[in-house]
Amino acid sequence: MKLNVNGQPHDIDADPRTPLLYVLRGDLQLNAAKFGCGLGQCGACTVLVDGEATFSCVTPILALEGKGIVTLEGLGSNDHPAPIQRAFIAEQAAQCGYCIAGMMMRAQALLQKNPHAGDAEIRAALEPNLCRCGTHMRILRAVRRAAQMMQTAQAGEPQ
Amino acid sequence: MSAAAAPAILSRRRVLAGSGALILSFSSLPPAAAQQNAQQQKGGKPAGATPQLPGDLKKSPLLDSWIRIDANGAITVFTGKAELGQGIKTALLQIAAEQLDVDLKQLTLITADTSRTPNEGFTAGSHSLQDSGTAIMNAAAQVRQILFAQAAQRAGVPAEQMKTDNAAVVAPNGQRFGYGELVSGDMLHVQAAPQSPLADPHAYRVMNHAIQRVDIPAKVTGVAAYVQDMRLPGMVHGRIVRPPSYGAKLASVDTAAVEKMPGVLKVVRDGNFLAVVAEREFFAIEAMRALAVAARWQETAKLPDAGNLAAVLTGLPSQDITVLDNQQQSAGGGKSLEATYTRPYLSHGSIGPSCAVAQLDNGALTVWTHTQGVYPDRDAIAEMLRMPKEQVRCIHVEGSGCYGHNGADDAAADAALLARALPGRPVRVQWMREQEHVWEPFGPAMVVKVKASLDAGGRIADWDYGVWSNTHSTRPGPAGALLAARDLASPFPQPPPKPIPMPEGGGDRNSIPLYQLPSARVIYHFLPAMPVRVSALRALGAHMNVFAIESFTDELAAAAGADPVAFRLKHLGDERAREVISTAADRFGWAARPRQTPGRPPGHGYGFAFARYKNLAAYCAVACEVEVERHTGRARMVRAVAAVDAGQVVNPDGLVNQIEGAILQSMSWTLFESVTFDATRITSIDWATYPALRFSAVPNAMEVHIIDRPGAPFLGAGEAGQGPSAAALGNAIADATGQRLRDLPLSRERIRAALGA
Ligand code: FES
Ligand code: FES
Repeated sequence: MKLNVNGQPHDIDADPRTPLLYVLRGDLQLNAAKFGCGLGQCGACTVLVDGEATFSCVTPILALEGKGIVTLEGLGSNDHPAPIQRAFIAEQAAQCGYCIAGMMMRAQALLQKNPHAGDAEIRAALEPNLCRCGTHMRILRAVRRAAQMMQTAQAGEPQ
Repeated sequence: MSAAAAPAILSRRRVLAGSGALILSFSSLPPAAAQQNAQQQKGGKPAGATPQLPGDLKKSPLLDSWIRIDANGAITVFTGKAELGQGIKTALLQIAAEQLDVDLKQLTLITADTSRTPNEGFTAGSHSLQDSGTAIMNAAAQVRQILFAQAAQRAGVPAEQMKTDNAAVVAPNGQRFGYGELVSGDMLHVQAAPQSPLADPHAYRVMNHAIQRVDIPAKVTGVAAYVQDMRLPGMVHGRIVRPPSYGAKLASVDTAAVEKMPGVLKVVRDGNFLAVVAEREFFAIEAMRALAVAARWQETAKLPDAGNLAAVLTGLPSQDITVLDNQQQSAGGGKSLEATYTRPYLSHGSIGPSCAVAQLDNGALTVWTHTQGVYPDRDAIAEMLRMPKEQVRCIHVEGSGCYGHNGADDAAADAALLARALPGRPVRVQWMREQEHVWEPFGPAMVVKVKASLDAGGRIADWDYGVWSNTHSTRPGPAGALLAARDLASPFPQPPPKPIPMPEGGGDRNSIPLYQLPSARVIYHFLPAMPVRVSALRALGAHMNVFAIESFTDELAAAAGADPVAFRLKHLGDERAREVISTAADRFGWAARPRQTPGRPPGHGYGFAFARYKNLAAYCAVACEVEVERHTGRARMVRAVAAVDAGQVVNPDGLVNQIEGAILQSMSWTLFESVTFDATRITSIDWATYPALRFSAVPNAMEVHIIDRPGAPFLGAGEAGQGPSAAALGNAIADATGQRLRDLPLSRERIRAALGA
């Protein structure tokens, strides 16, 4: 099967029923999407599929040929962090951090569609994702900060 | 990630020969040093330990157990504690950087590893800064002093005239001696002294600054950061088929079909332990599912009545421990009150199910694990495999936040058993969500019964308190603490539970109010029988005891017609406690809160609570506002303000992060959480059957205020918020509804029932 992940085509040799999460972590050796429940209940595995936040743990790759899959690694890197990553660092929005990649991807999906999303929209968008450490206040702050950064970028001003 | 190489062992040559140990004189110890040195420490004192040494220098008194400097100037800091998401790596680096007078980036930190770091027991009980932070602070200060002495000798000037600058000691004439040049042989292989020339807390450059955490950039960019992310060459994937219920016996299983499934390398069966190893992770999961279908188990219905836990617990045979007996002839004269509070079993519910990687190589086993105690876990695994301890190495690698004893040690044991079955191959095991929810050891259910009376002046005249609980620690050490070890064909018995002694306590942790009580009795009804698997959950008994004490204190305040904050202050002599309470109250605007409509939004209420964790660690007070929806019973924390006194602060933002997390996590326990079971099985098996906090319940605003205590001993704060937030929430709900709820969780159903809605 062919999958497009982070802008790169990949030939994947896996059973088409395999959930995307295992292909990302196993075949493509990407770390950010995490196994949390495998049931679509926690959001630790969230990635973007054609811009939509998607539970990769319950999405078989069968359904994904021809779609654009983006993981946290596709947004930016440790050396060149994306706005959302810079925002999470600036707000120190992590405790253990295990839930954070999923949080960032869900927030990214929202802000790509609506960089002007307000607090209520951010909370509503993040509802599917669980954080057990209680980092919520910081996550909300980081997403608001990322929204500001993206608005600034959209307005064409240097970030 | 790969196995880290063992560090070069420094030679035994003593540079400063003669005395055999380096004697340093510290003429001008800042007062902080003396305080840090006098700090109370808990924990075992191994033979030969020097009891007066600060922190865990008591257990590992050699300076180079904590700090090593290579000839090239590389500085390595060692800790036996582990990063659990609490930011300990950054805090310990800050301490070392401050005392060595170097940049944080010049340091490498090695955390819990049985081959490399000191044995500091468990990373638990909010002890990391007190134990390891204090040890590293003093060791680093003493290392710096040794470097001074060396440089002074070489420069031929008195040490007092030397300065440190950017990892070098500088003489008055500008001559520089890099730390690496100064250290030779085993110069740092010396016993620590009881006192250290600590940096002046008022001139800190690194400590008490909100330095960004060193681990966050990797975690937000997808760099391998967790044991779940390890990929060793040749690594394969294991999955366990756990029994469906406690004590279930594997009657039969036909493994033939599973063994033929694609990618399956091996089915492992040993007694009731059943597992499969496959080339790829999803193969292992599919094989696990097929094996679970093929397995026939014999189960017994032996779980107690979940609907009547208070009666179940108080009816179990107990071992009664008198925690406090100071009963006097009571003045009485005022009202008497009596109440019973309950807490259900609570799940740690780590977001990432437990995981470990193990490899057996030439008879030596290495286990990468997110355990809280690499040494005790190593001992348990070695005993289970009947291997000499020296042949087993446990290395801590981060997992997702654990909040106590979750499945980490058990997953490590699972991986070890599978690694033994496939020598040479690294085996990664991750539990499934339902395995974590069903098999982790839960925070114990608890019952509190309390009676008190007031005197004529509205003060508490006497207090009689009893708490019923299982042990709050069934951690490893013995192999029988590991799930898999109990399931083997030659099983290891579960060790008999023991209460954790005061002053820290387990079920009785924080069972003694900090308030001045003329007459008081506290009894811990320790329950040895454990129908449900239990162990340490963040704050142990303090969550429930503080919830009960602080709820009841509000009930007494109401009976006395007093304001809750004023009533607390009236019973408190401890100045630091008073300051934490006043700060939280002031910053919240407690005095100005609207008492009634109009002014008070409908359904809103205000609550306050306070505790000093373990009565010896950090002080924390929480004030909060809730809104309660009458028709649904839904309670939401709208706003919370906390104040905390954790002694000397290492990283203010890290401390705030911990307290914010504690408030939110405790709110989740308090409003939503409860392990459920029928007569045979645990029935809360995932996030649908075990609901927890989601964003819709997150407060609008939260503030944490730190009381600065320069130079004071570190007071562990990681668990300090758990009790006060639970009680503040309960008190606010009582204020909002006029109904006192005493059974956790304070769920929608219970609130609606109390309101008769
Ligand atoms: S791991 Fe996919 S939703 Fe939990
Ligand atoms: S930061 Fe640990 S689960 Fe969210």
